[in-house]
Amino acid sequence: MSLIEVRNLKKYFGSSDRPVRAVDDVSFTIERGETLGLVGESGSGKSTIGRTVLRLVDPSGGQVLYRGDDISALSAERMRKLRSKLQIIFQDPYASLNPKMRIGAILGEALSTHGLHPGKAAREKRVAELLDLVGLRAEHASRFPHEFSGGQRQRIGVARALAVEPEFIVADEPLSALDVSIQSQVINLLADLRERLSLTMLFISHDLDVVEYLCDRVVVLYLGKVMEVAKTDALFERALHPYTRALLAASPKPDPTIASEHVALKGDIPSPMNPPSGCVFRTRCPHAIDACAQHVPVLEEVEPGRWSACIRKEIVMMKVAA
Amino acid sequence: MDAPRLAVHHLSTSFPTEGGLVRSVADVSFSIAPGKTTALVGESGSGKSVTSLTLMRLLAKTANAQVSGEARFVTREGRSVDLLQIGEREMRALRGNQLSMIFQEPMTSLNPVFTVGEQIAESVRLHKGLDRSAALAHAKRMLELVEIPAADRRLHEYPHQLSGGMRQRVMIALAMACDPTLLIADEPTTALDVTIQAQILELMRRLQRETGMSILFITHNLGVVAHHADDVVVLYAGRVVESAPVRPLFAAPAHPYTQGLLACLPGKARQPGQPRPARLFAIRGQVSSPLAPPPGCAFEPRCDQAIAACRHAIPELLVNGSSREARCIRVTPVAISEAA
Repeated sequence: MSLIEVRNLKKYFGSSDRPVRAVDDVSFTIERGETLGLVGESGSGKSTIGRTVLRLVDPSGGQVLYRGDDISALSAERMRKLRSKLQIIFQDPYASLNPKMRIGAILGEALSTHGLHPGKAAREKRVAELLDLVGLRAEHASRFPHEFSGGQRQRIGVARALAVEPEFIVADEPLSALDVSIQSQVINLLADLRERLSLTMLFISHDLDVVEYLCDRVVVLYLGKVMEVAKTDALFERALHPYTRALLAASPKPDPTIASEHVALKGDIPSPMNPPSGCVFRTRCPHAIDACAQHVPVLEEVEPGRWSACIRKEIVMMKVAA
Repeated sequence: MDAPRLAVHHLSTSFPTEGGLVRSVADVSFSIAPGKTTALVGESGSGKSVTSLTLMRLLAKTANAQVSGEARFVTREGRSVDLLQIGEREMRALRGNQLSMIFQEPMTSLNPVFTVGEQIAESVRLHKGLDRSAALAHAKRMLELVEIPAADRRLHEYPHQLSGGMRQRVMIALAMACDPTLLIADEPTTALDVTIQAQILELMRRLQRETGMSILFITHNLGVVAHHADDVVVLYAGRVVESAPVRPLFAAPAHPYTQGLLACLPGKARQPGQPRPARLFAIRGQVSSPLAPPPGCAFEPRCDQAIAACRHAIPELLVNGSSREARCIRVTPVAISEAA
């Protein structure tokens, strides 16, 4: 059984006649110990999926199964009990720590909410352990968030998520507010902790290089729909879906000797309030044909473990000349 | 080689603060040849944006910035002027005209209460003396130049009606309206998605090819630098730590900071056909506070190659050959020439 299974998840915002289809019929699984990458551009629904999986927002349709149980149907009381198993690291380490609370209180609150390590001494000991775990020092517990740099704050965000010994963590763009030299410190920290604590992770990012480095499998999203699902190595070796190919081509590699491919996509990402009929990517797809406007393409298994939602099979299966 | 369009010598910008004088930019020198792109690379607080704002003389008066050094700009008429010395009138005549700038966040740098057409027209009316209708016609041509579809209609729209990518195109149209010879682009694609970033970079490249303008490209994104710069200047804590043409820099970075910056990129970590390394290279620690800089090399507290002598004095920029410099006492001139 998968640790997390997302089935036909939908999240619509706004009025019922013309809603914003932030997440539209998305399904995937996350196996125990796996890190699944969720990639896509603005408006692809990746953050909304992350929040819906944790039920920080309620889905408009579909199910999220944790160890086979549908968490979208749980009572508030049972959900609260479960939250210690399901945690999140937020994007902005400046906005996600209460500026009026000391670090010890921020971490201690997570413990007391779930009744872990009761008693002042036990709690302080655990806070010190957590700070040590993320590469900070015990005396940092008495400081306020503003006394830390961005990278250190993100370490505190990681410590807070880990405080309650979760099994599963959603990391929602945890690196995008950080400078490059600090990013690699936090990447190493996440990789270490994942190993030591056998965490399962949903890693949300727009940075393909980071996803390639950290994730086992990748789900590529566009305008609330899944375009492609594949093992990381296979995806970066040979992307099948035209959108994934364009996304990879658009991401500049830090090496001036690699000629940049010119498959630049034309136009803008359409509005999720008024998505194109049929395939949502067809308005920017270099391979679109009339039939693409007729039907929403089905996510099909095109190779073992590889899924793609595109009706142009001959394009998808075409070997790309290296 | 042509005389540089812009030659910056020993530029320093300091700000008095309650905690003391902060030297945001210290002794920075670089130049940009006509038709070329120089990238200014650095992390938060490295001084790259302060450099561009100092050159454009756009620092807020209330900041009481103390500026020294020289910035020689060759005008379209072939006159050499010091951007830091000329009078405000003369600067106003150059700014938005021969020298223009695009910013990171197109939403906050466009005026929300004017249509995009009016904003572009304003600059050509001011600098070229065109009348209202000629200026608006020019604005429409500029929108077409930056490949905005239905320019006729877009001309009369407000910034909030446009997507992020479209707004950045409008910013570029505005900057290009008077046919500048130097464009300063401060993180122009940082707020954009990658597929839109690719479009904007391609557009800037095309405009540079067509007009021969020079570009000062300020960014923290080394992938963008690799493909869009001719020369690279790496800043750390307000100082140039290394400068080199783009290919030699990426092939063999000389300064330990540049080496670390490239080594810690996840996209660089993996060689084709090899498994990914278990750990990424990481530069330890963080940038020192500008109020308490280390006595010697600013990078010394984070540097794996540091020796005791690194703490004694700020290293000089060592020049080697015609095109490479590095501020590090551990880099011998020989090593640089081998690397080049």
